[in-house]
Amino acid sequence: MKRLAAGIFLICLPVIALARQPSGEIQTLKVQGNVYLLTGAGGNIAVQVGDAGVLVVDTGVAEMSDKVVAAIRKLSDKPIQYLINTHMHPDHTGGNDAVRKAGLTYVGANITGNLTDAGVGAQIYAHDNVLKRMSAPTGRQASASFGSSPTETYLSNRKQMFFNSEPIEMIHQPAAHTDGDSLVFFRRSDVVVTGDIYVTTSYPFIDLERGGSIQGEVDALNNILEMAIPGYQDEGGTYIVPGHGRISDRPDLLEYRDMVTIIRDRIQAAIKKGMTVEQVKAARPTKDYDGRYNAKSGFGTAEMFVEAVYKSLTPKK
Amino acid sequence: MCCRYGVISLGLFIMVGSAFAQGPGGYNPIGPGVDLAGNWGPVMHEDAHERGPGPELANYLGLPITDGARSYGLAWDASRFTIPEHQCEVHIVSYIYRGPYNLRIWEERDPVSQKLIAIKQYIDNYQQTRTIWMDGRDHPPDAVLHTWMGFSTGKWEGNILSVYTTHLKWGWIRRNGLRHSDQATLVEHFIRHGDHLTHTTVLTDPATLTEPLIKTSDLVLRLQNGQTWLYPCEPVVEIVRPRGTVPHYLPGENPFIHEFADLYKIPVEAALGGAETAYPEYQSKLKGTAAK
Repeated sequence: MKRLAAGIFLICLPVIALARQPSGEIQTLKVQGNVYLLTGAGGNIAVQVGDAGVLVVDTGVAEMSDKVVAAIRKLSDKPIQYLINTHMHPDHTGGNDAVRKAGLTYVGANITGNLTDAGVGAQIYAHDNVLKRMSAPTGRQASASFGSSPTETYLSNRKQMFFNSEPIEMIHQPAAHTDGDSLVFFRRSDVVVTGDIYVTTSYPFIDLERGGSIQGEVDALNNILEMAIPGYQDEGGTYIVPGHGRISDRPDLLEYRDMVTIIRDRIQAAIKKGMTVEQVKAARPTKDYDGRYNAKSGFGTAEMFVEAVYKSLTPKK
Repeated sequence: MCCRYGVISLGLFIMVGSAFAQGPGGYNPIGPGVDLAGNWGPVMHEDAHERGPGPELANYLGLPITDGARSYGLAWDASRFTIPEHQCEVHIVSYIYRGPYNLRIWEERDPVSQKLIAIKQYIDNYQQTRTIWMDGRDHPPDAVLHTWMGFSTGKWEGNILSVYTTHLKWGWIRRNGLRHSDQATLVEHFIRHGDHLTHTTVLTDPATLTEPLIKTSDLVLRLQNGQTWLYPCEPVVEIVRPRGTVPHYLPGENPFIHEFADLYKIPVEAALGGAETAYPEYQSKLKGTAAK
């Protein structure tokens, strides 16, 4: 029965990922520098605007994509040139196709005439594992449409670009929320976009089936902590845009990092004592944080988090 | 005829009345409330033990905390202060008035209309400048940054300044591991009695409190100038540890859980707080219970 339940759980994961329903309206907030936050489309969306054009980090769920494009157009009428995906879940990539089509890719080289638009829409950047997770071998159904898939991927630990007079880094966080997570660091605006490695709405969702792990999650949170420099009296400075929830700074992330680390340590100690996953759940190792981070449904619940941490820390037989 | 004189008389009455209302130099409206401006200092003998050296570990007596908040407190290890990222953490607005500090209050008025825009406060502990908006503006969406001082709006209720604050970070309920979450909200009342100022706080947090936590503190007016300190803070590595270490006690392993209870010969159950420990009826529940 447990195996059946586990099987149903795994089959339902993509659906669960969609369970973070959009609110119906897009809210636009300035983060700082050239970076804005769009909320209400499922996962958070960051938009960098400038003289050269528009760069978008994540695109929300598919059904909100028209409103997302309209919200971007209110910020800038310049061409949407780049999308970056922090990871592959559909509440962050569902709008890829529509936002890509609303943009363009400039081309040059020895072409006669006045051809400057390649006609393929904007480029979509992501870590290579995102493309692998969104595509499928010939004859099998891919988890996303061809038009939603990344067009440019990177294999190393980071990719750099320069756009709108700003250095931008995509920094791979291996085996954290998934195996394809990227932090996106806007160095002049001083904003880090984290994807679902950090959320303010629930416990982290460790997607074990897509290469996530608790140790990678903790490592990634520590990496963000080291990138963020607080401003006057330990506030502001580097702004952090989570995958879901509110704009944060280092003290906010610190509280979350402490929470995830402490719960990991508790479950690790319980495993050393020989406790089963059910015994660990019954001991409620998240008790002190449930009032704040236990999602009522979907993923990010205490039960899912404890189970994922337990499995992630248990050596595979 | 009588009516013509009547109209002229009425006109003169309005003109004279208007002139008096404007006063010399122009319109000077009498607004609600009282003037809180000045330098104020806390009366530190109130709850001096808690506010000075700090409360004992595992002393949660009288606090309406949830089971979860209690677990948080028992897991908290004071060594967490040694982590550089925690060292300059500011006392949250719901707690900062309990510490040693000086408080300067002033008004920010529109230079043309002299309408009150905000009441500003400088709290020299952690060098916090706080703005209490008095111009009727709304609180921002929840998705904007939460801060140590939060976002505050105020209104006069008679001569009482009442303030509502949202957008808080996690911060102390009591400086021994009890913290409220970033979903907490705060209601305050500033009440001036001559040279005394009473400050009442009502803290609400669904994540850590089962009912509102109410405290009052008193301040006195300080006429001597220079009553403001500076608080530069520079974090340093005090203990070299493996990356990402977070000091904490595993469940059931806090070695200080009996210390306060033993010192004052009260049951540990009482020392661990909860709403009922705040009320006199709890004494009858404890009767006959020997200190453990």
